[in-house]
Amino acid sequence: MSAYIDALIALPIIIPLLAGALSLVFWRSHAAQRWMGVLGTLLLLIVSVHLLLETWEQDHLVMHMGGWHAPFGIVLVSDMLAAIMVILTGIIGFATAVYSLSDIGERHERFGYYPLFHLLLAGVNGAFLTGDIFNLYVWFEVMLVASFALLILGGERAQMEGAIKYVTLNLVSSMLFLTAIGLLYGLTGTLNMADIAVRLGEVEDTGLVTVIAMLFMVSFGIKAAAFPLFFWLPASYHTPKVAVSALFAGMLTKVGVYALFRVFTLIFDQDVDYTHEILLWIAMLTMLTGVLGAAAQFEFRRILSFHIISQIGYMILGLALFTPLAILGGVFYILHHIIVKANLFLISGLTYQLKGSHELKELGGLYRSHPMLGLLFMVPALSLAGLPPLAGFFAKFIIIRAGIEVEAWLAVGVALVVGLLTLYSMVKIWNEVFWKAQPAGIGPARSPGRSLFWMWPPIIGLALTTVAIGLYGQPVFEMAERSAEQLLDTSRYIEAVLGADYIESLQEMRR
Amino acid sequence: MEIVMAFVIGFLYAAALYMMLRRSIVKLVIGLVLLSNAANLVIFTAAGLVRGAPPLIYPGELLPPSASADPLAQALILTAIVIGFGVLAFAVVLIHRAYEVVGADDMDQMKDTDT
Amino acid sequence: MNMQSLILRTAGNFLLPLLLLFSVFLLLRGHDEPGGGFIAGLVAAGAIVLYLFAMDIADARRVLRVDPRDLLGAGMAIAVLSGAPAAFLGQPYFTAQWWEFALPGGGELKLSTVLIFDIGVYLVVVGAVLTIILNLAEAED
Repeated sequence: MSAYIDALIALPIIIPLLAGALSLVFWRSHAAQRWMGVLGTLLLLIVSVHLLLETWEQDHLVMHMGGWHAPFGIVLVSDMLAAIMVILTGIIGFATAVYSLSDIGERHERFGYYPLFHLLLAGVNGAFLTGDIFNLYVWFEVMLVASFALLILGGERAQMEGAIKYVTLNLVSSMLFLTAIGLLYGLTGTLNMADIAVRLGEVEDTGLVTVIAMLFMVSFGIKAAAFPLFFWLPASYHTPKVAVSALFAGMLTKVGVYALFRVFTLIFDQDVDYTHEILLWIAMLTMLTGVLGAAAQFEFRRILSFHIISQIGYMILGLALFTPLAILGGVFYILHHIIVKANLFLISGLTYQLKGSHELKELGGLYRSHPMLGLLFMVPALSLAGLPPLAGFFAKFIIIRAGIEVEAWLAVGVALVVGLLTLYSMVKIWNEVFWKAQPAGIGPARSPGRSLFWMWPPIIGLALTTVAIGLYGQPVFEMAERSAEQLLDTSRYIEAVLGADYIESLQEMRR
Repeated sequence: MEIVMAFVIGFLYAAALYMMLRRSIVKLVIGLVLLSNAANLVIFTAAGLVRGAPPLIYPGELLPPSASADPLAQALILTAIVIGFGVLAFAVVLIHRAYEVVGADDMDQMKDTDT
Repeated sequence: MNMQSLILRTAGNFLLPLLLLFSVFLLLRGHDEPGGGFIAGLVAAGAIVLYLFAMDIADARRVLRVDPRDLLGAGMAIAVLSGAPAAFLGQPYFTAQWWEFALPGGGELKLSTVLIFDIGVYLVVVGAVLTIILNLAEAED
């Protein structure tokens, strides 16, 4: 039984690593790489479903890597939040792998698209599952190296320019993260997150703890693209291939948000009044700048990029309010957002293939020629804006309700206004791309030159998922509720990781 | 000793940030190199500077000598150096390619994607 | 890329096998003493790069015989799979497994999954460094 659970926790990392290695071994065969991509991510999805079910049964799954027990060895921990994130990686990975069959040409495959794709998934899953703060840094770097290379795949000028900003800011963030880990290690003498949480309770110099907390906040804030450190995102996310953009938009910034959720519930909950007040302001400003930036844009993918930023604000708002309902809302929001945002990027890629442009001014008439695509766009777009009965409505509703309960009126007001402006942006895209006639003087639909068949199933599948979460949201709601409980009751996590014996011996030593 | 290290680290951070704020992308990468070295030194110093024996367990013993250095901090730095090596190798390739494509070693020529 | 130096060319021919041998030595002693897959891989990659400086890219590729990307993939697969034997024995993934053999003449040979992992790391490092450097050198020409 225990071997089964060990395998279950390790496999979401091992499967992509192995699939990546195999697609490197077979790098000469494009077909082998493509099927390895689809099969590997499908396997990942299946395993992640099992992981979620098992985590639901047993509350926390813990695996001590190499048989070295925590806090000395590295542990992999799956609680509800981690399991939800892993299953989302599985879904988005599978969707983009299928989409890549039509989107990624041989030129990109030759430069190692598939190995990097798998490496990215391994890094993302590793970051979700690890219970060791330094190991988290290592997985962040694995993910970043893969994303750097994916970002410049193709080597166009815009990609290079975007990549320099992306690389610089993300490296600065990594170095801040490393500095913070060093100081934290100096303070507590351990790297295991559960152990750090226990030992920080005994530290007398709380001022230093708050300083370290701020270093973590800045570092993860850059990765999550929170205000005022988001500039790298709209400068780079619209430059690579659409499959890559969708994967980034779905997963990468959410790893930063996940790290914020993990660290600011488990480790830094001593001075909530101070740290979470700052998070609250960050959240509001992130929402506002993101949505206002989007309103000023007229390029399909850039509008979507700015909306990632504004949506990150909602998630951080959930963390900042720090009540069970708010955290629940934050988790629900992450869940809904990943699916919807990746789907919108995938749709932007399909419109590009059909019309040959990303500029709203040059697009038009798609509803006349492809009514089905118009409907498929409406689902994620309206969900993003928060219209019932789609998933996004419930996500926004929970967070705003949580805000009303703690009487954070300003935050509630901002969240409502930003929701309205999101609707404005989505309607703008709808009008320009689908509703208005094809602008005169600009060439009619060009033929894409290759089959677009594999672009449709991921878009349809993700849209159906969004509708399903909205209509049958109860199980999803319960999962988010459970994860919020676990995040706020840290003693369960700590006991699962360290074991009751160890905690007892620590308490005895203190006496 | 900690005081000296604190000044060295502070100087490295300052120098790194100064280099990164220059317009040249080559200097940007040099700044990143300095930054990663500064972060490694922080770990080294924060873990405690002691004049101790190497943390090796000699044959027949079960524990290392009592006054030995902290091996974990050194393992962390080693890992961080390896990762830094990989990332910076990538950054060098990137600026080389960017220089070829843009034709200038100047950040001001690279703001097409900003607006 | 070619430095056209007779001394370097002559020395390169001798140094390449020596450095490669040294890298294998470092790889094998790495478990208990300074050394290991990463450092050994860097030494091996350094040997090939030295040869590249002394001769030219075509020579370096010829002396390597395989494409560095193959080394990268094979190394990664070996490293990931080296954790698997433990899982089949019901232990946590990556738990080290040891096999001891008595050698004729009283010696003893210890093999382990740790060594397999290190060999994987070795191949990944050689493959990654050479992929980057050979590509850069070719772009330079």
